[in-house]
Amino acid sequence: MARRLRWLGMGLAWLLVLPGGEVAAQDGDLERGREVYDRWCASCHGVEGDGLGPAAGYMLPRPRDFTRGLYQIRTTAGGEIPTDDDIMRMINEGMPGTTMPGWQDQLSRRDREAVKDYIKSFYPPFETMDEPEPLDFGRAPRANEERIAEGRIFYDSIECWQCHGDAGRGYGPSAPELEDDRDYPIRAVDLTKNWKFNGGGSVEEVYRRLRTGMDGTPMPAFSDLVDAGFMTDEQLWNLAHFVRSLAPEDPPRVREVIRADKVEPGEVPRTVRDEAWDEVEKFYIPLVAQIIVLPRWFDPAIDGVWVQALHDGDEIALRLTWHDRSRSPDPAWMQWQERVIEVMEPVEGDPVEPAPRPDRFAVQFPPEIPDGMERPYFLMGSSDRPVYLWRWRSDQDGAEPARARGMHEVEALSGSIEADALWEAGRWQVVLRRSLEPAADDGRLRFETGVPIPIAFFAWDGDNAEEGTRGSVSSWFFVYLREEAPVSTYVAPLVAFVLTGGLGLVVVARAQRRERTLAEGAEDDPDPDVGPDTDPDADPDPEARPPP
Amino acid sequence: MRDAHWIFRILAPLLILGLVVACGDPDNGVPDEPEEVEMPFDMETAGHVQGMVMYEGDPPPPEEMDMSSEPDCADHWDEIPTRDVVKVSDGHLGDVFIYVKEGLEGMDFPTTREAVVMDQLGCRYTPMVIGAMTGQTVTFRNSDGLLHNVNATPEHNRPFNISQPVNMDTDRTFASHEVMIPVRCDVHGWMRGYVGVVEHPYHQVTGQGGTFDLSDLPPGEYVIEAWHSQLGTQEQTVTVETGETAQVSFTFSEDMLGSHVPLGDPIYPFRGNHAAHEAGDQDHDHAPMAPAPEGR
Repeated sequence: MARRLRWLGMGLAWLLVLPGGEVAAQDGDLERGREVYDRWCASCHGVEGDGLGPAAGYMLPRPRDFTRGLYQIRTTAGGEIPTDDDIMRMINEGMPGTTMPGWQDQLSRRDREAVKDYIKSFYPPFETMDEPEPLDFGRAPRANEERIAEGRIFYDSIECWQCHGDAGRGYGPSAPELEDDRDYPIRAVDLTKNWKFNGGGSVEEVYRRLRTGMDGTPMPAFSDLVDAGFMTDEQLWNLAHFVRSLAPEDPPRVREVIRADKVEPGEVPRTVRDEAWDEVEKFYIPLVAQIIVLPRWFDPAIDGVWVQALHDGDEIALRLTWHDRSRSPDPAWMQWQERVIEVMEPVEGDPVEPAPRPDRFAVQFPPEIPDGMERPYFLMGSSDRPVYLWRWRSDQDGAEPARARGMHEVEALSGSIEADALWEAGRWQVVLRRSLEPAADDGRLRFETGVPIPIAFFAWDGDNAEEGTRGSVSSWFFVYLREEAPVSTYVAPLVAFVLTGGLGLVVVARAQRRERTLAEGAEDDPDPDVGPDTDPDADPDPEARPPP
Repeated sequence: MRDAHWIFRILAPLLILGLVVACGDPDNGVPDEPEEVEMPFDMETAGHVQGMVMYEGDPPPPEEMDMSSEPDCADHWDEIPTRDVVKVSDGHLGDVFIYVKEGLEGMDFPTTREAVVMDQLGCRYTPMVIGAMTGQTVTFRNSDGLLHNVNATPEHNRPFNISQPVNMDTDRTFASHEVMIPVRCDVHGWMRGYVGVVEHPYHQVTGQGGTFDLSDLPPGEYVIEAWHSQLGTQEQTVTVETGETAQVSFTFSEDMLGSHVPLGDPIYPFRGNHAAHEAGDQDHDHAPMAPAPEGR
């Protein structure tokens, strides 16, 4: 029944859509498209559609140049123009990992259609070329261990790692040299962060990018390879499955409070590699460009950090994990730095010179735990409300305590913070450790258990010309040091699990019994949603569900 | 009479069937041969252009290519390979694309049948500069057996970016006139190649000797252009007479290094229909980083 209603709904929708589509092609709507475009799109893409709007210089990758008819995300073969649906999808959903937002909720359908037609008018061959045929992508075969393993073999043999790196974090040997069709530097995507993929992170979308390539970027199309028989379509799917497997099932959830569990005295891990960290929950903190304090920086290389925390009542340790394509300063990335400075240097502050710069990271706390919600200014405090920092850099052992009264006024404090750091395969891991008690009463935080403690983070990629105000920042979060590891931590979930499971079984049993009595002789139709063995990988197609 | 009628009744459908079979289904089997275009002039009247490209001064010192990131390629060469961006021997300049720029308008020439090959050998394009006719097959060959991608970034043809992780050939054609189309490999940043596409067969790339030979041109006056990836372009006007060979020589020099090198300069100013673009000029000023042909 529900299915039938859906079809009816779709039919009605088509009736509504069809006349709209015709109207969109008329001149009046091209004029409307121009108005919408000039208002919402031109500041980045330029009034003339050449991708050179006034804001374009603050963006990397640069906004699309529509006069070339070149589109990254298509369902058509490499080098072909996109279908109308391809362009609409970019307008509606935007492009993750870039500055392009989705407009589905901002603009009416008619406006979006009109702007699509107007965008096409920047490349006149759209008028004369036939509407291209989308490729037939077939259906994704189900992922399994063998497929992923075979995909890995192809990842190695066709040398995806040249750009994306062995572990997929975008740090391959060719990565520092990559440029787009306009000769702007471009990063090999970090395949472990599929939520940042321009064209979407599902296995189907990954497969499409492999087939079609991403025009205007160094990402080539692999269709010829399949056509020439060097690789079967199924093997390409397996490669897509492998790439998908590099990223987590779901994008990391951002939570306000980082929980620091308590361990036995003396068992706070001191090194990055300590296995104790394997059991500690990771909290993902997104980092964004520092674009408030001059000179600003619009191209931060680091977009997030995973934080783990533990304490033993005497010391606290944080393990920070972030992806960074190089262990700065790396000479191989010097030319990258030069190019990034050339295209991204904001016209403010002293000119930036390419130089060997270390990677840096800072953890920020208030000097003391505030009573209410009032905290110092998140960008390293202010003259009347300073902050307390742990500053780590890749070219020095240990980390340094400091006090800041704003980003331009940072002074080192005496002593040091214990640190252990490791860069490997496009990833930094750093452990910072300090006693809960401060070494001196000069604005260093006294950690207390059982209260939320404000915490914030800063990161700098030296090979991306980052230092000082040019870097990535987070807003305030909290770290919460648990007093004891209460027994309930372990018992409560178990009880909940048993209760839920038991109740579920009872409900199912009752439903089944009822069904049997009500519809004797009817088909046995167990509910697929019940039972702990529901495959999380199963296609969540709602249509597959039998009608109630 | 009656019998003949009867035979006709049987034969007619058979005859029609036979005709259908004989003609075949045009959509089935071999693709339609392209319509044979004849040379648009009487070959008896043809004349020729020969010439040479010279270089004055010292060529820039050869720049070593750091292939350490690709040991297989580094091993391919006995000595450290250099980026011969200005290939001079005995004062003669190689890798110059020579073509008839003006004088053949309105003439339709048959598409050259042989494919032109650009090989990837030891992580270099060989040859580095090729010429092709619109519609002619251009074969990009990977003889290295390691990952190259062929990333062509034309302005007026459709772009492409092909992955070639094994020894293989990939054929492409270009639909429009464009001098020149840059080709690069993103895996090996030092690899740069150029394809010149024109609508007639009168084009050539100079070899070591710097000579070129454009034969069998219809009589008339022509503008011949010489394009070099570092030294820019030069033009000469030449008159071709039946049976005669006109001589043309170009001289590039050291002080032309770094001059404007046209890459995909617009032939058809697409942007004309947008008001603010009427001028149609300054296309290169729009891009803060105009395509730099080789090195940066």
